[in-house]
Amino acid sequence: MSQPAFWPLTLILFLPAIVAFVLSLPIIPKAREELIRWIAVATTGVVFVISLIVAVPALGGFGGAMFSVGEPDMQLIVKMPWIDAFGIEYLLGVDGISMPLVVLTTFLSVLACAASWNISKHVKAFYVLFLLLETGMIGVFVSLDFFLFFVFWEAMLLPMYFLIGIWGGPRREYAAIKFFLYTLLGSVLMLLAMLMLYFNSDVTLLSDEQLVAAHVVSPQLQAAEQAAAIADLRASGSAVHSFNLLALAAIGQMPNSPFAIAKVFGMNLEVLAFLLLLIGFVIKVPVVPVHTWLPDAHVEAPTSISMILAGVLLKLGGYGIIRICYPICPGGGLELAWLVCGLGVVSMLYGAFAALAQKDFKRMVAYSSVSHMGYVMLGLGVWSAVAGREYAWESWAQGVNGAMFQMLAHGISSAGMFFMVGVLYDRVHHHNLDEFGGIFGRMPVYAGLAVTVFFAGLGLPGLCGFIGEVLVTLSAWNYSHVYAALAAFTVILTAGYILRAIQRVYLGAEYRGPHEEALTPLTRRELAIATPLVFLAVVFGVYPQSLFEYLTPSVNQQVETLATWTRDVHDAEAAVDAVQAARDAALEHVAANSGVSTP
Amino acid sequence: MNPAAFLTPVLHDTLQVSLPLFRTELALAATIVLVLLVRMLPGLRRLDSGGVALGGVLFAAWYAWSDLRSLPGSPWLVGTALPERVELFTGLLVFDPLTAFIRFLLTGALVLFSVFTRITGIPDREDAADFNVLVLGATLGMCLMASANHLLAVFLAVEMASVPSYVLAGLLKGRRSSSEAALKYAVYGAGAAGVMLYGISLLAGSLGTVHLPTAATRLAAIGRAGFPDGAAMVLMLGGLMVGVGLAFKLSAVPFHFWAPDVFEGASAEIGGFLSVASKTAAVALLVRVALGFGMPAPASEPVPQAAAISVAAEDGQARDADRAGLAPVRSFTVALIALLAAVTCTLGNLGAYGQTNIKRMLAYSTIAHVGYLMMGVAAAVALAGANESLAATAISAVSFYLATYLFMNMSAFLIVAVLRNRLRSEEISSYAGLVKTSPGLVVLMGVVLASLIGLPPLAGFVGKFLVFAALAEGITASAEGSILLALLVVGGLNTVLGLFYYLRVVKVMTFDPPPADRPQPSVGLVSLSGAAITAFVVPIVIFGVFWSGLYTLARLTGGIVS
Repeated sequence: MSQPAFWPLTLILFLPAIVAFVLSLPIIPKAREELIRWIAVATTGVVFVISLIVAVPALGGFGGAMFSVGEPDMQLIVKMPWIDAFGIEYLLGVDGISMPLVVLTTFLSVLACAASWNISKHVKAFYVLFLLLETGMIGVFVSLDFFLFFVFWEAMLLPMYFLIGIWGGPRREYAAIKFFLYTLLGSVLMLLAMLMLYFNSDVTLLSDEQLVAAHVVSPQLQAAEQAAAIADLRASGSAVHSFNLLALAAIGQMPNSPFAIAKVFGMNLEVLAFLLLLIGFVIKVPVVPVHTWLPDAHVEAPTSISMILAGVLLKLGGYGIIRICYPICPGGGLELAWLVCGLGVVSMLYGAFAALAQKDFKRMVAYSSVSHMGYVMLGLGVWSAVAGREYAWESWAQGVNGAMFQMLAHGISSAGMFFMVGVLYDRVHHHNLDEFGGIFGRMPVYAGLAVTVFFAGLGLPGLCGFIGEVLVTLSAWNYSHVYAALAAFTVILTAGYILRAIQRVYLGAEYRGPHEEALTPLTRRELAIATPLVFLAVVFGVYPQSLFEYLTPSVNQQVETLATWTRDVHDAEAAVDAVQAARDAALEHVAANSGVSTP
Repeated sequence: MNPAAFLTPVLHDTLQVSLPLFRTELALAATIVLVLLVRMLPGLRRLDSGGVALGGVLFAAWYAWSDLRSLPGSPWLVGTALPERVELFTGLLVFDPLTAFIRFLLTGALVLFSVFTRITGIPDREDAADFNVLVLGATLGMCLMASANHLLAVFLAVEMASVPSYVLAGLLKGRRSSSEAALKYAVYGAGAAGVMLYGISLLAGSLGTVHLPTAATRLAAIGRAGFPDGAAMVLMLGGLMVGVGLAFKLSAVPFHFWAPDVFEGASAEIGGFLSVASKTAAVALLVRVALGFGMPAPASEPVPQAAAISVAAEDGQARDADRAGLAPVRSFTVALIALLAAVTCTLGNLGAYGQTNIKRMLAYSTIAHVGYLMMGVAAAVALAGANESLAATAISAVSFYLATYLFMNMSAFLIVAVLRNRLRSEEISSYAGLVKTSPGLVVLMGVVLASLIGLPPLAGFVGKFLVFAALAEGITASAEGSILLALLVVGGLNTVLGLFYYLRVVKVMTFDPPPADRPQPSVGLVSLSGAAITAFVVPIVIFGVFWSGLYTLARLTGGIVS
């Protein structure tokens, strides 16, 4: 195999699914629940270790595949033909944006798997579905083929539906179908956009270098083979469509891009596609007003699934926006920057106010996710590279870096918060904020860890939540003072509901709810789950560079490319159009005055 | 006229050209005779008529496969390739890739169906011969539907497929609902057939022929003259009436009322057969008629000595002129099919919501899926005017969808039948908590239903993806782009609509507690029925992930437009 990344990436991706399949066969009896749990934890553990070895160069790489930190381009490419008729490929790869998300996913999967130990209903089915879900999540992050991306995106739906619907709380069926319905609606819109982009794409418009850079023609081939493959592509003389995300991005960013020219419903395709894709992704993020599935799903889902939901699934939306929406439809992004930022700010504020109003502990944490993901949207949407601001792409890059950091930090802190809520729920079986209190006295170790995690969610300096929020807020200032001010104001609201929760739950003289006797100290298993989360929350807060090393090169390159695109392609074309319009107007004027009609 | 001069080419055409390409149907006909003989002859009476039928069907399926793989462009070609398009029996039928593909699907469905009925035990030994003869006869009619090239052949084929179906619907003689279903089906069918025949006569009167390629040429001539007022009216009326007959076979709204009643009244076996085979044939027929009128026929292989009968092949220029002349016909056809498709799909999905009987729900689901298929046909007709290779893609999408639909619905009805034998019930609510006792079966049913929703990585998704892709391609490439865009949006939204009722079945099986008064049956996968269900469901997964091969096969059918 000439592709060193083939086995590492394929293993990370499909090992969970293979184990799930083996588990589903009647080889291991259902009753051996402990064994099944250990198999699942071991699988997720192995996947995590492989992903870590691949991601951290210091660990030496796996089978010759090593992520090179600081390299902005896609790396560890796996390219195999899948469906020739549509040019669909098994095309995988990671860059500085997706690698940390992959590791976050595998990491949280281990923790969530361990956190599901107390699931006693249909244990085997639970872990089968859980492992399938893991494959789906990782698949979305590593796919570079839009079709493959879509397959993984949808493949997550059914496992998640069952995980909420079977193992959830009292209103689990309602929550499960609501989740499914919202996401399916989003993915249908995504499918429409995907098809329209596919049929308007034409890789033969790209230069030879671009074809190689986008892995349409594999750079691993010899120069002569590359030339032959390129000649082969161009030989037909007709358009060659592609689902390759890198190629689509290159097409979307070229001068006179077919996406900018094609019109659907009188709208530019790039704007329409951006909008459709955006709706599909923000449903997952989620953003007000399509967030309503989230509180229901979170409240009903079992603890471990809430951790995955908040820690990984919400990130899929943000990742989709940064990987697909902006690079492929930059014109749409530029035109709709106000919408993306506006949605971000509205979610931020609405989520925070809603969290303030909650009486249910878990629901409050769910709304805090809506609020925190609002920062991600704002950071992604800030497009300050517009004319008149001298293409100051650095501030936009700051926003996108902040958004990416916020996604990862939120992955840690929200998973931690849900776990902390779950620990209490396992003991006293309620989420009612008013019926807690005095936990510090009864479970000091737990309360210490929990308060740290909640402070991380609050955005306390020195913890992971702070960095992303402050970067986003700063960069938003260049785009809109109002948005920046509102983002800063939200921090106060966040402090309000987090501190209120800490006061109601952890502080106070005595516990006021039922099952007081059940408030036992953390078990070793729980401690083993909570500690890494708290540890990372502190590490990323104190030493954010550890993540930025990965993120910044790729993010900066993408942002700089798009900023250059804005100047050289978008604004240049706009200028040409303006000159043309002025000339037409002048000619018309002359014609009207002289009474001679111009052709 | 010298009779010999007339007879020689006819004989040549029949014996040398037509019959060899007609061997699938001949095998089916021979099987019918054999099954009847087995019952009549005393020595053979102890033979199992189901086994005889299965043997004959396997022969037919093998012939169908041999024809299919010998098509030009097929990667499985052995020996010399068959011609791309040959008119059989002096133009009544046509052999082309679509014929070969649909024949293979139909005979394949019949093989699966024979296995299916042997497992579920309907029909009993008493009825087996009648039952098999009727099913074989209906399939024969359906094969003719797929290859009809002449409106009279269309009518005969539709009747030939329908009449046995009426009887099959009423096969459960003791049940009132079954008899009611048969009566409804027959009355509705007779009405639709009458209207269609009237439409055919109108078309025959205005065009002077009902041979589809000739009719298209005449129509194009009228089209170039700009459709004089009276002519346009009669033609549209004739087209609409033929459409009624097709819509009845497709169970397209508003001619769908028979479907839920028939599916509920007839046994699940018959439901599976009707929903798969009869829909496959009807969709193929729709493609035939819509494209037959919508574009000039591709050149047929010249038949030696039979030039007097077959239509003279047109040269390229004349074809282009004809294609342009047929533009209004295409617009009319696309608008009509698109409207029916959108309404059918939406009402089918909405109608499925309130159903408590699984067969009734599957009937509405069939209606919805016919809607998706018709969307693909609309795209094919719209693209036929603009770009033949794109139209070929649209036809391949429909063919692929049909192939996957075969496995999905056969599996669904097989599971329903197996559960019926255990539960004595076909109510969705009686499946409550089945996951506790028959987890494997529930997982397989879940896969089938997820595939019907259209979730990847299952075959149902790929079919839908291909149809949507054809629509998306047509938006910019065809003259009817806005109609196709609307269809694409309707199709997308319908996917979401469909989610509820399919998922409700899964929900009942998994989330709901089992009834307290009786234990749920346990259907293990390590049993005959379990193995059969698995064998039916596995292709759904395989064709969802590795669909290149099947798609290559479906791509052959695109040959009918080029």
